[in-house]
Amino acid sequence: MVFKSAGYTGDYLPNSILHLACALKFSRLMKMDITDRGEEKIYLSKKIDGFFINIAKTSRFVLNYFVELFRPPYEFPEIARQCYKIGCDSLPLISLTGFIIGIVFTKQSRPSLADFGATSWLPSLIGIAVFKALAPLVTALICAGKVGSSIGAELGAMKVTEQIEAMDVSASRPYKYLVFTRVTACVFMIPLLMLYTSFVAMMGSYINISINEHISLATFIANAFDKINFIDFKGSIIKAVVFGFTISMVACYKGFNTTRGTEGVGKAANAAVVTSMYLIFIEELMIVQILGWFR
Amino acid sequence: MQTNSAEQTEIVIDIKGLYKSFGNNHVLKGVDLQVARGENVVVLGRSGSGKSVLIKIVCGLLTQDKGSVTVLGEDVKNINHKQLEQLRLKVGFSFQLSALYDSMTVKENIAFPLMRNFRELSKSEVNSRVEDVLNSVSLLKSKDQYPAELSGGQKKRIGIARTLVLRPEIMLYDEPTAGLDPISSIEINNLIRDISNQFGVSSIIITHDLVCAKTTGDRLVMMFDGVVQSQGTFDEVFDTEDERIKSFYEYNFI
Ligand SMILES: Nc1ncnc2c1ncn2[C@@H]1O[C@H](COP(=O)(O)OP(=O)(O)OP(=O)(O)O)[C@@H](O)[C@H]1O
Ligand SMILES: [Mg+2]
Repeated sequence: MVFKSAGYTGDYLPNSILHLACALKFSRLMKMDITDRGEEKIYLSKKIDGFFINIAKTSRFVLNYFVELFRPPYEFPEIARQCYKIGCDSLPLISLTGFIIGIVFTKQSRPSLADFGATSWLPSLIGIAVFKALAPLVTALICAGKVGSSIGAELGAMKVTEQIEAMDVSASRPYKYLVFTRVTACVFMIPLLMLYTSFVAMMGSYINISINEHISLATFIANAFDKINFIDFKGSIIKAVVFGFTISMVACYKGFNTTRGTEGVGKAANAAVVTSMYLIFIEELMIVQILGWFR
Repeated sequence: MQTNSAEQTEIVIDIKGLYKSFGNNHVLKGVDLQVARGENVVVLGRSGSGKSVLIKIVCGLLTQDKGSVTVLGEDVKNINHKQLEQLRLKVGFSFQLSALYDSMTVKENIAFPLMRNFRELSKSEVNSRVEDVLNSVSLLKSKDQYPAELSGGQKKRIGIARTLVLRPEIMLYDEPTAGLDPISSIEINNLIRDISNQFGVSSIIITHDLVCAKTTGDRLVMMFDGVVQSQGTFDEVFDTEDERIKSFYEYNFI
Protein backbone atom coordinates (compact mmCIF):
# COMPACT_ATOMS: atom_id res chain seq x y z
CA MET A 1 0.00 0.00 0.00
CA VAL A 2 2.96 2.22 -0.45
CA PHE A 3 2.73 4.45 -3.45
CA LYS A 4 5.94 4.58 -5.33
CA SER A 5 5.76 7.65 -7.44
CA ALA A 6 3.68 10.75 -7.54
CA GLY A 7 1.95 9.69 -10.74
CA TYR A 8 -0.64 7.18 -11.84
CA THR A 9 -0.04 3.98 -9.91
CA GLY A 10 -2.69 1.68 -11.29
CA ASP A 11 -3.91 0.35 -7.94
CA TYR A 12 -7.12 1.44 -6.44
CA LEU A 13 -5.92 2.21 -2.94
CA PRO A 14 -2.86 4.32 -3.64
CA ASN A 15 -4.91 6.27 -6.10
CA SER A 16 -7.52 7.09 -3.54
CA ILE A 17 -4.72 8.15 -1.23
CA LEU A 18 -3.60 10.52 -3.91
CA HIS A 19 -7.12 11.83 -4.24
CA LEU A 20 -7.18 12.26 -0.50
CA ALA A 21 -3.92 14.19 -0.68
CA CYS A 22 -5.51 16.40 -3.27
CA ALA A 23 -8.58 16.88 -1.15
CA LEU A 24 -6.42 17.71 1.85
CA LYS A 25 -4.45 20.18 -0.16
CA PHE A 26 -7.71 21.57 -1.45
CA SER A 27 -9.05 22.06 2.05
CA ARG A 28 -5.77 23.60 3.18
CA LEU A 29 -5.84 25.98 0.25
CA MET A 30 -9.39 26.89 1.11
CA LYS A 31 -8.28 27.93 4.56
CA MET A 32 -5.46 30.08 3.29
CA ASP A 33 -5.54 33.80 3.07
CA ILE A 34 -7.05 34.92 -0.22
CA THR A 35 -3.99 36.70 -1.48
CA ASP A 36 -1.62 34.47 -3.36
CA ARG A 37 1.54 34.12 -1.36
CA GLY A 38 3.25 31.97 -3.96
CA GLU A 39 3.16 28.63 -2.18
CA GLU A 40 4.07 25.82 -4.48
CA LYS A 41 4.22 22.33 -3.15
CA ILE A 42 3.46 19.73 -5.75
CA TYR A 43 1.62 16.58 -4.68
CA LEU A 44 0.66 15.13 -8.03
CA SER A 45 1.60 16.14 -11.49
CA LYS A 46 1.85 19.84 -12.14
CA LYS A 47 -1.27 19.88 -14.30
CA ILE A 48 -3.57 18.06 -11.90
CA ASP A 49 -2.25 20.11 -9.03
CA GLY A 50 -2.74 23.28 -10.99
CA PHE A 51 -6.32 22.28 -11.66
CA PHE A 52 -7.08 21.79 -7.97
CA ILE A 53 -5.18 24.91 -7.01
CA ASN A 54 -7.21 26.91 -9.49
CA ILE A 55 -10.53 25.56 -8.23
CA ALA A 56 -9.48 26.22 -4.66
CA LYS A 57 -8.22 29.70 -5.46
CA THR A 58 -11.36 30.65 -7.33
CA SER A 59 -13.77 29.32 -4.75
CA ARG A 60 -11.77 30.93 -1.96
CA PHE A 61 -11.95 34.22 -3.78
CA VAL A 62 -15.71 33.98 -4.32
CA LEU A 63 -16.60 32.59 -0.89
CA ASN A 64 -14.58 35.28 0.80
CA TYR A 65 -17.21 37.75 -0.35
CA PHE A 66 -19.79 36.08 1.85
CA VAL A 67 -17.38 36.05 4.76
CA GLU A 68 -16.86 39.78 4.32
CA LEU A 69 -20.65 40.28 4.27
CA PHE A 70 -20.65 39.51 7.99
CA ARG A 71 -17.58 41.53 8.81
CA PRO A 72 -18.18 45.25 9.24
CA PRO A 73 -17.18 47.98 8.46
CA TYR A 74 -18.62 47.99 4.96
CA GLU A 75 -16.97 50.95 3.20
CA PHE A 76 -20.28 52.57 2.24
CA PRO A 77 -18.75 55.71 0.71
CA GLU A 78 -16.64 53.58 -1.61
CA ILE A 79 -19.64 51.39 -2.50
CA ALA A 80 -21.62 54.53 -3.35
CA ARG A 81 -18.77 55.81 -5.48
CA GLN A 82 -18.64 52.51 -7.36
CA CYS A 83 -22.42 52.55 -7.89
CA TYR A 84 -22.15 55.99 -9.37
CA LYS A 85 -19.30 54.92 -11.59
CA ILE A 86 -21.14 51.83 -12.84
CA GLY A 87 -24.17 53.97 -13.63
CA CYS A 88 -22.15 56.61 -15.48
CA ASP A 89 -20.17 53.98 -17.37
CA SER A 90 -23.13 52.17 -18.81
CA LEU A 91 -26.06 54.60 -18.90
CA PRO A 92 -25.55 56.12 -22.38
CA LEU A 93 -25.00 52.78 -24.06
CA ILE A 94 -27.89 51.15 -22.23
CA SER A 95 -30.26 53.98 -23.07
CA LEU A 96 -29.45 53.79 -26.74
CA THR A 97 -29.51 50.00 -26.95
CA GLY A 98 -32.72 49.69 -24.94
CA PHE A 99 -34.50 52.28 -27.01
CA ILE A 100 -33.47 50.77 -30.32
CA ILE A 101 -34.34 47.26 -29.21
CA GLY A 102 -37.80 48.49 -28.28
CA ILE A 103 -38.38 50.06 -31.69
CA VAL A 104 -36.86 47.29 -33.78
CA PHE A 105 -38.52 44.48 -31.87
CA THR A 106 -41.91 46.13 -32.24
CA LYS A 107 -41.39 46.83 -35.90
CA GLN A 108 -40.35 43.28 -36.70
CA SER A 109 -43.01 41.56 -34.63
CA ARG A 110 -45.85 43.49 -36.24
CA PRO A 111 -46.07 41.63 -39.60
CA SER A 112 -46.38 38.19 -38.06
CA LEU A 113 -49.05 39.38 -35.63
CA ALA A 114 -50.78 41.29 -38.42
CA ASP A 115 -51.18 37.99 -40.31
CA PHE A 116 -53.56 36.89 -37.56
CA GLY A 117 -55.04 40.35 -37.21
CA ALA A 118 -53.63 40.41 -33.73
CA THR A 119 -51.61 43.60 -33.66
CA SER A 120 -53.46 44.56 -30.49
CA TRP A 121 -51.36 41.91 -28.76
CA LEU A 122 -48.20 43.79 -29.58
CA PRO A 123 -47.87 45.64 -26.24
CA SER A 124 -48.22 42.50 -24.20
CA LEU A 125 -45.85 40.57 -26.47
CA ILE A 126 -43.27 43.31 -26.18
CA GLY A 127 -43.80 43.53 -22.43
CA ILE A 128 -43.12 39.84 -21.96
CA ALA A 129 -40.18 39.77 -24.34
CA VAL A 130 -38.51 42.86 -22.92
CA PHE A 131 -39.12 42.34 -19.26
CA LYS A 132 -38.66 38.60 -18.98
CA ALA A 133 -35.89 37.96 -21.47
CA LEU A 134 -34.30 40.87 -23.24
CA ALA A 135 -33.74 43.47 -20.54
CA PRO A 136 -31.80 41.31 -18.06
CA LEU A 137 -29.68 39.76 -20.77
CA VAL A 138 -28.98 42.95 -22.71
CA THR A 139 -28.17 44.90 -19.56
CA ALA A 140 -25.88 42.14 -18.35
CA LEU A 141 -24.05 41.84 -21.66
CA ILE A 142 -23.55 45.58 -21.97
CA CYS A 143 -22.35 45.84 -18.39
CA ALA A 144 -20.06 42.85 -18.89
CA GLY A 145 -18.47 44.86 -21.68
CA LYS A 146 -18.39 48.25 -20.02
CA VAL A 147 -18.15 47.55 -16.31
CA GLY A 148 -16.40 44.18 -16.44
CA SER A 149 -13.61 45.37 -18.67
CA SER A 150 -13.07 48.54 -16.68
CA ILE A 151 -12.90 46.67 -13.37
CA GLY A 152 -10.62 44.04 -14.88
CA ALA A 153 -8.27 46.62 -16.33
CA GLU A 154 -8.27 48.83 -13.24
CA LEU A 155 -7.52 46.04 -10.79
CA GLY A 156 -5.12 44.44 -13.24
CA ALA A 157 -3.13 47.63 -13.49
CA MET A 158 -3.15 47.94 -9.72
CA LYS A 159 -1.88 44.38 -9.45
CA VAL A 160 1.02 44.73 -11.86
CA THR A 161 2.14 48.03 -10.34
CA GLU A 162 2.12 46.36 -6.91
CA GLN A 163 -0.62 48.65 -5.56
CA ILE A 164 -2.62 45.67 -4.32
CA GLU A 165 0.44 44.28 -2.56
CA ALA A 166 1.01 47.73 -1.09
CA MET A 167 -2.48 47.68 0.40
CA ASP A 168 -1.94 44.17 1.67
CA VAL A 169 1.36 44.97 3.30
CA SER A 170 -0.04 48.00 5.11
CA ALA A 171 -2.86 45.86 6.51
CA SER A 172 -5.40 47.80 4.45
CA ARG A 173 -7.36 44.70 3.40
CA PRO A 174 -7.48 45.10 -0.38
CA TYR A 175 -10.20 42.48 -0.83
CA LYS A 176 -12.63 44.43 1.29
CA TYR A 177 -11.77 47.76 -0.25
CA LEU A 178 -11.48 46.74 -3.88
CA VAL A 179 -13.48 43.56 -4.43
CA PHE A 180 -16.23 43.71 -1.85
CA THR A 181 -17.21 47.26 -2.75
CA ARG A 182 -17.26 46.65 -6.49
CA VAL A 183 -19.21 43.41 -6.27
CA THR A 184 -21.74 44.92 -3.88
CA ALA A 185 -22.17 47.95 -6.11
CA CYS A 186 -22.72 45.73 -9.15
CA VAL A 187 -25.20 43.48 -7.38
CA PHE A 188 -27.14 46.58 -6.47
CA MET A 189 -26.82 48.48 -9.74
CA ILE A 190 -27.40 45.84 -12.42
CA PRO A 191 -31.03 45.22 -11.31
CA LEU A 192 -31.65 48.97 -11.31
CA LEU A 193 -30.12 49.31 -14.74
CA MET A 194 -32.18 46.34 -15.88
CA LEU A 195 -35.39 48.11 -14.81
CA TYR A 196 -34.19 51.21 -16.58
CA THR A 197 -33.46 49.22 -19.75
CA SER A 198 -36.98 47.77 -19.68
CA PHE A 199 -38.42 51.23 -19.24
CA VAL A 200 -36.45 52.69 -22.14
CA ALA A 201 -37.22 49.73 -24.40
CA MET A 202 -40.94 50.04 -23.62
CA MET A 203 -40.78 53.72 -24.46
CA GLY A 204 -39.14 52.93 -27.78
CA SER A 205 -41.80 50.39 -28.46
CA TYR A 206 -44.58 52.80 -27.46
CA ILE A 207 -43.35 55.40 -29.91
CA ASN A 208 -43.51 52.91 -32.73
CA ILE A 209 -46.92 51.57 -31.66
CA SER A 210 -48.44 54.97 -31.12
CA ILE A 211 -47.47 55.97 -34.63
CA ASN A 212 -48.90 52.85 -36.24
CA GLU A 213 -51.74 51.72 -34.00
CA HIS A 214 -52.68 55.00 -32.30
CA ILE A 215 -52.93 53.52 -28.80
CA SER A 216 -52.83 55.80 -25.76
CA LEU A 217 -49.96 55.45 -23.30
CA ALA A 218 -52.31 54.27 -20.53
CA THR A 219 -53.71 51.46 -22.70
CA PHE A 220 -50.24 50.52 -23.84
CA ILE A 221 -48.98 50.21 -20.30
CA ALA A 222 -52.04 48.34 -19.12
CA ASN A 223 -51.70 45.88 -21.99
CA ALA A 224 -47.94 45.53 -21.63
CA PHE A 225 -48.05 44.60 -17.97
CA ASP A 226 -51.14 42.46 -18.31
CA LYS A 227 -49.24 39.21 -18.70
CA ILE A 228 -46.40 39.92 -16.29
CA ASN A 229 -46.86 38.63 -12.77
CA PHE A 230 -44.90 38.87 -9.57
CA ILE A 231 -42.91 35.71 -10.24
CA ASP A 232 -41.73 37.16 -13.54
CA PHE A 233 -40.71 40.31 -11.76
CA LYS A 234 -38.81 38.40 -9.10
CA GLY A 235 -37.26 36.19 -11.77
CA SER A 236 -35.87 39.14 -13.66
CA ILE A 237 -34.51 40.73 -10.53
CA ILE A 238 -32.89 37.46 -9.46
CA LYS A 239 -31.32 37.12 -12.88
CA ALA A 240 -29.97 40.65 -12.74
CA VAL A 241 -28.54 40.12 -9.26
CA VAL A 242 -26.82 36.91 -10.34
CA PHE A 243 -25.49 38.57 -13.49
CA GLY A 244 -24.20 41.54 -11.51
CA PHE A 245 -22.42 39.23 -9.08
CA THR A 246 -20.93 37.25 -11.94
CA ILE A 247 -19.71 40.23 -13.93
CA SER A 248 -18.00 41.93 -11.03
CA MET A 249 -16.63 38.78 -9.41
CA VAL A 250 -15.11 37.51 -12.63
CA ALA A 251 -13.61 40.92 -13.39
CA CYS A 252 -12.17 41.27 -9.89
CA TYR A 253 -10.74 37.76 -9.98
CA LYS A 254 -9.13 38.32 -13.35
CA GLY A 255 -7.77 41.65 -12.18
CA PHE A 256 -6.37 40.25 -8.94
CA ASN A 257 -4.64 37.45 -10.79
CA THR A 258 -3.06 39.52 -13.50
CA THR A 259 0.55 38.65 -14.30
CA ARG A 260 3.07 39.68 -16.91
CA GLY A 261 2.99 43.44 -16.75
CA THR A 262 0.99 45.69 -18.99
CA GLU A 263 0.27 42.98 -21.51
CA GLY A 264 -1.45 41.08 -18.73
CA VAL A 265 -3.71 44.04 -18.00
CA GLY A 266 -5.22 43.90 -21.47
CA LYS A 267 -5.60 40.15 -21.16
CA ALA A 268 -7.31 40.50 -17.79
CA ALA A 269 -9.81 43.03 -19.15
CA ASN A 270 -10.48 40.84 -22.15
CA ALA A 271 -10.80 37.65 -20.13
CA ALA A 272 -13.14 39.40 -17.71
CA VAL A 273 -15.57 40.21 -20.53
CA VAL A 274 -15.38 36.90 -22.35
CA THR A 275 -15.64 34.73 -19.25
CA SER A 276 -18.53 36.64 -17.75
CA MET A 277 -20.43 36.57 -21.07
CA TYR A 278 -20.12 32.79 -21.19
CA LEU A 279 -21.24 32.50 -17.61
CA ILE A 280 -24.16 34.89 -18.13
CA PHE A 281 -25.63 32.69 -20.89
CA ILE A 282 -25.17 29.54 -18.85
CA GLU A 283 -26.76 31.16 -15.82
CA GLU A 284 -29.63 32.52 -17.91
CA LEU A 285 -30.42 29.02 -19.05
CA MET A 286 -30.21 27.61 -15.53
CA ILE A 287 -32.30 30.33 -13.92
CA VAL A 288 -35.03 30.07 -16.55
CA GLN A 289 -35.05 26.32 -16.01
CA ILE A 290 -35.27 26.63 -12.24
CA LEU A 291 -37.89 29.37 -12.31
CA GLY A 292 -39.94 27.12 -14.59
CA TRP A 293 -40.32 24.66 -11.71
CA PHE A 294 -41.83 27.31 -9.47
CA ARG A 295 -44.52 28.37 -11.86
CA MET B 1 25.16 54.96 14.62
CA GLN B 2 26.67 52.14 16.58
CA THR B 3 25.23 48.78 17.45
CA ASN B 4 25.82 47.69 20.99
CA SER B 5 27.41 44.39 21.77
CA ALA B 6 25.47 41.50 20.34
CA GLU B 7 24.33 40.11 23.70
CA GLN B 8 22.40 43.21 24.66
CA THR B 9 20.65 44.00 21.41
CA GLU B 10 17.31 42.55 20.54
CA ILE B 11 17.07 40.78 17.20
CA VAL B 12 14.01 42.13 15.37
CA ILE B 13 14.38 40.17 12.14
CA ASP B 14 15.78 36.67 12.24
CA ILE B 15 16.08 34.77 8.97
CA LYS B 16 17.38 31.23 9.09
CA GLY B 17 18.12 28.89 6.20
CA LEU B 18 15.66 30.51 3.82
CA TYR B 19 14.85 28.67 0.58
CA LYS B 20 12.50 29.86 -2.12
CA SER B 21 12.02 28.76 -5.69
CA PHE B 22 9.53 29.58 -8.41
CA GLY B 23 9.16 26.38 -10.37
CA ASN B 24 12.66 25.50 -11.47
CA ASN B 25 14.00 28.92 -10.72
CA HIS B 26 15.77 28.48 -7.39
CA VAL B 27 16.05 32.01 -6.12
CA LEU B 28 17.02 31.75 -2.45
CA LYS B 29 19.21 28.87 -1.38
CA GLY B 30 19.70 29.12 2.34
CA VAL B 31 19.84 32.76 3.34
CA ASP B 32 20.73 33.61 6.94
CA LEU B 33 20.34 37.18 8.15
CA GLN B 34 19.77 38.93 11.45
CA VAL B 35 18.82 42.53 12.05
CA ALA B 36 19.16 44.06 15.50
CA ARG B 37 16.91 46.78 16.86
CA GLY B 38 17.89 50.17 15.50
CA GLU B 39 20.27 48.69 12.97
CA ASN B 40 20.33 49.51 9.24
CA VAL B 41 21.31 46.53 7.15
CA VAL B 42 22.05 47.03 3.47
CA VAL B 43 21.56 44.06 1.16
CA LEU B 44 23.58 44.19 -2.05
CA GLY B 45 23.36 41.81 -4.93
CA ARG B 46 22.94 41.56 -8.66
CA SER B 47 19.66 42.04 -10.41
CA GLY B 48 17.59 38.90 -10.10
CA SER B 49 19.51 37.58 -7.12
CA GLY B 50 16.29 37.49 -5.09
CA LYS B 51 16.63 40.58 -2.94
CA SER B 52 13.05 41.69 -3.50
CA VAL B 53 11.84 38.16 -2.90
CA LEU B 54 13.76 38.13 0.39
CA ILE B 55 12.04 41.17 1.85
CA LYS B 56 8.67 40.16 0.46
CA ILE B 57 9.02 36.99 2.48
CA VAL B 58 9.90 39.06 5.54
CA CYS B 59 6.59 40.91 5.37
CA GLY B 60 4.56 37.88 4.36
CA LEU B 61 3.78 38.85 0.77
CA LEU B 62 5.42 35.59 -0.30
CA THR B 63 6.01 32.44 1.71
CA GLN B 64 9.20 30.49 1.81
CA ASP B 65 9.63 26.85 0.83
CA LYS B 66 12.00 26.09 3.68
CA GLY B 67 13.59 27.90 6.60
CA SER B 68 12.16 30.32 9.12
CA VAL B 69 11.57 34.04 9.29
CA THR B 70 10.91 35.59 12.68
CA VAL B 71 9.93 39.24 12.79
CA LEU B 72 9.46 40.93 16.17
CA GLY B 73 9.19 37.50 17.73
CA GLU B 74 6.50 36.24 15.34
CA ASP B 75 7.00 33.40 12.87
CA VAL B 76 5.70 35.11 9.72
CA LYS B 77 4.69 31.96 7.87
CA ASN B 78 2.72 30.32 10.62
CA ILE B 79 0.77 33.11 12.26
CA ASN B 80 -2.89 33.61 11.40
CA HIS B 81 -4.28 36.38 9.29
CA LYS B 82 -5.16 38.69 12.17
CA GLN B 83 -1.72 38.39 13.71
CA LEU B 84 -0.13 38.98 10.33
CA GLU B 85 -2.12 42.20 9.97
CA GLN B 86 -1.00 43.32 13.41
CA LEU B 87 2.59 42.56 12.46
CA ARG B 88 2.28 44.38 9.16
CA LEU B 89 1.29 47.55 10.96
CA LYS B 90 4.74 47.49 12.53
CA VAL B 91 6.61 46.73 9.31
CA GLY B 92 6.80 49.38 6.61
CA PHE B 93 7.52 48.35 3.05
CA SER B 94 8.72 50.85 0.47
CA PHE B 95 8.26 49.38 -3.00
CA GLN B 96 10.83 49.39 -5.76
CA LEU B 97 8.43 51.29 -8.03
CA SER B 98 6.70 53.22 -5.22
CA ALA B 99 3.30 51.55 -5.84
CA LEU B 100 1.32 54.70 -5.06
CA TYR B 101 -2.44 54.45 -5.56
CA ASP B 102 -3.03 56.16 -8.90
CA SER B 103 -6.63 57.07 -8.24
CA MET B 104 -5.88 59.02 -5.06
CA THR B 105 -4.08 62.27 -4.36
CA VAL B 106 -0.85 62.27 -2.38
CA LYS B 107 -2.74 63.17 0.75
CA GLU B 108 -5.32 60.42 0.27
CA ASN B 109 -2.55 57.97 -0.46
CA ILE B 110 -0.96 58.65 2.89
CA ALA B 111 -4.23 58.86 4.80
CA PHE B 112 -5.43 55.57 3.33
CA PRO B 113 -3.56 53.06 5.54
CA LEU B 114 -4.27 55.26 8.53
CA MET B 115 -8.00 55.45 7.95
CA ARG B 116 -8.29 51.73 7.17
CA ASN B 117 -6.51 50.71 10.34
CA PHE B 118 -7.40 53.36 12.89
CA ARG B 119 -11.04 54.19 12.34
CA GLU B 120 -11.31 55.89 15.71
CA LEU B 121 -9.05 58.73 14.54
CA SER B 122 -10.84 62.00 13.84
CA LYS B 123 -10.45 63.82 10.55
CA SER B 124 -8.23 66.48 12.06
CA GLU B 125 -6.00 63.89 13.73
CA VAL B 126 -5.59 62.09 10.40
CA ASN B 127 -4.85 65.39 8.72
CA SER B 128 -2.22 66.40 11.20
CA ARG B 129 -0.50 63.03 11.04
CA VAL B 130 -0.51 63.14 7.26
CA GLU B 131 0.95 66.61 7.25
CA ASP B 132 3.58 65.60 9.79
CA VAL B 133 4.94 62.82 7.60
CA LEU B 134 4.67 64.96 4.47
CA ASN B 135 6.78 67.51 6.29
CA SER B 136 9.35 64.95 7.25
CA VAL B 137 9.78 64.00 3.57
CA SER B 138 9.54 67.73 2.72
CA LEU B 139 6.74 67.35 0.19
CA LEU B 140 3.89 69.13 1.93
CA LYS B 141 3.42 71.32 -1.13
CA SER B 142 2.47 68.36 -3.34
CA LYS B 143 -0.27 67.10 -1.08
CA ASP B 144 -3.08 67.67 -3.58
CA GLN B 145 -1.27 66.32 -6.61
CA TYR B 146 -1.85 62.92 -8.16
CA PRO B 147 0.99 60.37 -8.36
CA ALA B 148 1.10 60.72 -12.15
CA GLU B 149 2.13 64.36 -11.70
CA LEU B 150 5.14 63.55 -9.52
CA SER B 151 8.73 62.77 -10.43
CA GLY B 152 10.27 59.41 -9.61
CA GLY B 153 12.11 60.76 -6.59
CA GLN B 154 9.02 62.48 -5.24
CA LYS B 155 7.04 59.26 -5.68
CA LYS B 156 9.68 57.37 -3.73
CA ARG B 157 9.45 59.85 -0.89
CA ILE B 158 5.67 59.74 -0.85
CA GLY B 159 5.88 55.95 -0.84
CA ILE B 160 8.15 56.14 2.19
CA ALA B 161 5.85 58.69 3.84
CA ARG B 162 2.89 56.37 3.33
CA THR B 163 4.62 53.65 5.31
CA LEU B 164 5.94 56.07 7.95
CA VAL B 165 2.46 57.29 8.77
CA LEU B 166 1.77 53.97 10.52
CA ARG B 167 4.85 54.56 12.71
CA PRO B 168 6.55 51.24 11.95
CA GLU B 169 9.28 49.65 14.02
CA ILE B 170 10.89 48.11 10.97
CA MET B 171 11.32 49.57 7.49
CA LEU B 172 12.05 47.52 4.39
CA TYR B 173 13.30 49.62 1.49
CA ASP B 174 13.37 48.07 -1.97
CA GLU B 175 15.92 50.01 -4.01
CA PRO B 176 15.11 53.43 -2.61
CA THR B 177 17.49 55.24 -4.97
CA ALA B 178 17.13 53.22 -8.16
CA GLY B 179 16.60 55.41 -11.20
CA LEU B 180 17.18 58.70 -9.39
CA ASP B 181 19.71 61.41 -10.07
CA PRO B 182 22.58 61.76 -7.56
CA ILE B 183 21.03 64.72 -5.76
CA SER B 184 17.66 63.07 -5.28
CA SER B 185 19.53 59.96 -4.18
CA ILE B 186 21.35 61.92 -1.52
CA GLU B 187 18.06 63.33 -0.30
CA ILE B 188 16.62 59.85 -0.01
CA ASN B 189 19.74 58.58 1.74
CA ASN B 190 19.53 61.39 4.26
CA LEU B 191 15.84 60.69 4.71
CA ILE B 192 16.54 57.05 5.48
CA ARG B 193 19.24 58.08 7.97
CA ASP B 194 16.89 60.60 9.60
CA ILE B 195 14.13 58.06 9.90
CA SER B 196 16.32 55.57 11.67
CA ASN B 197 17.83 58.23 13.95
CA GLN B 198 14.56 59.99 14.77
CA PHE B 199 12.25 57.04 15.23
CA GLY B 200 14.76 54.33 16.13
CA VAL B 201 13.52 52.26 13.22
CA SER B 202 15.43 49.15 12.19
CA SER B 203 15.70 48.69 8.45
CA ILE B 204 16.70 46.45 5.61
CA ILE B 205 17.78 48.49 2.61
CA ILE B 206 18.09 46.83 -0.75
CA THR B 207 20.22 48.62 -3.27
CA HIS B 208 22.71 48.47 -6.11
CA ASP B 209 23.91 51.91 -5.26
CA LEU B 210 27.10 51.86 -3.19
CA VAL B 211 26.80 55.50 -2.16
CA CYS B 212 23.43 54.66 -0.70
CA ALA B 213 24.91 51.55 0.91
CA LYS B 214 27.76 53.51 2.44
CA THR B 215 25.70 56.39 3.81
CA THR B 216 22.70 54.48 5.08
CA GLY B 217 24.06 51.12 6.19
CA ASP B 218 25.49 50.11 9.55
CA ARG B 219 26.20 46.71 8.06
CA LEU B 220 26.42 45.38 4.53
CA VAL B 221 25.26 41.99 3.31
CA MET B 222 26.40 40.73 -0.07
CA MET B 223 24.10 38.25 -1.79
CA PHE B 224 25.22 36.04 -4.67
CA ASP B 225 23.56 32.93 -6.09
CA GLY B 226 20.84 32.92 -3.49
CA VAL B 227 23.09 32.91 -0.43
CA VAL B 228 24.76 35.54 1.71
CA GLN B 229 28.31 35.68 0.40
CA SER B 230 29.89 38.03 2.90
CA GLN B 231 28.87 40.62 5.43
CA GLY B 232 30.37 43.31 7.60
CA THR B 233 30.99 47.04 7.43
CA PHE B 234 31.43 48.68 4.05
CA ASP B 235 35.20 48.48 4.15
CA GLU B 236 35.25 44.92 5.43
CA VAL B 237 33.02 43.72 2.60
CA PHE B 238 34.93 45.43 -0.17
CA ASP B 239 38.38 44.61 1.17
CA THR B 240 38.38 41.30 -0.63
CA GLU B 241 39.87 39.30 -3.46
CA ASP B 242 36.49 37.97 -4.63
CA GLU B 243 36.19 38.99 -8.28
CA ARG B 244 32.44 39.43 -8.22
CA ILE B 245 32.45 41.74 -5.25
CA LYS B 246 35.33 43.70 -6.72
CA SER B 247 33.60 44.16 -10.05
CA PHE B 248 30.50 45.32 -8.18
CA TYR B 249 32.62 48.00 -6.55
CA GLU B 250 34.40 49.00 -9.72
CA TYR B 251 31.20 49.34 -11.69
CA ASN B 252 29.84 51.79 -9.15
CA PHE B 253 32.88 54.00 -8.70
CA ILE B 254 34.83 53.96 -11.93
N1 LIG C 1 6.06 36.24 -8.18
C1 LIG C 1 7.05 35.65 -8.86
N2 LIG C 1 6.79 34.61 -9.66
C2 LIG C 1 7.77 33.99 -10.33
N3 LIG C 1 9.06 34.34 -10.29
C3 LIG C 1 9.39 35.38 -9.53
C4 LIG C 1 8.40 36.10 -8.76
N4 LIG C 1 9.02 37.08 -8.09
C5 LIG C 1 10.32 36.99 -8.42
N5 LIG C 1 10.55 35.97 -9.27
C6 LIG C 1 11.85 35.55 -9.79
O1 LIG C 1 12.77 35.61 -8.75
C7 LIG C 1 14.02 36.10 -9.20
C8 LIG C 1 14.49 37.19 -8.27
O2 LIG C 1 13.63 38.27 -8.37
P1 LIG C 1 13.81 39.56 -7.48
O3 LIG C 1 12.74 40.51 -7.90
O4 LIG C 1 13.88 39.20 -6.06
O5 LIG C 1 15.23 40.11 -7.96
P2 LIG C 1 16.01 41.34 -7.36
O6 LIG C 1 17.22 40.82 -6.70
O7 LIG C 1 15.10 42.18 -6.54
O8 LIG C 1 16.41 42.09 -8.69
P3 LIG C 1 16.35 43.66 -8.98
O9 LIG C 1 17.59 44.21 -8.39
O10 LIG C 1 16.36 43.76 -10.46
O11 LIG C 1 15.11 44.20 -8.36
C9 LIG C 1 13.82 36.55 -10.61
O12 LIG C 1 14.48 35.65 -11.44
C10 LIG C 1 12.35 36.49 -10.85
O13 LIG C 1 12.09 35.96 -12.11
MG1 LIG D 1 14.04 43.97 -6.79
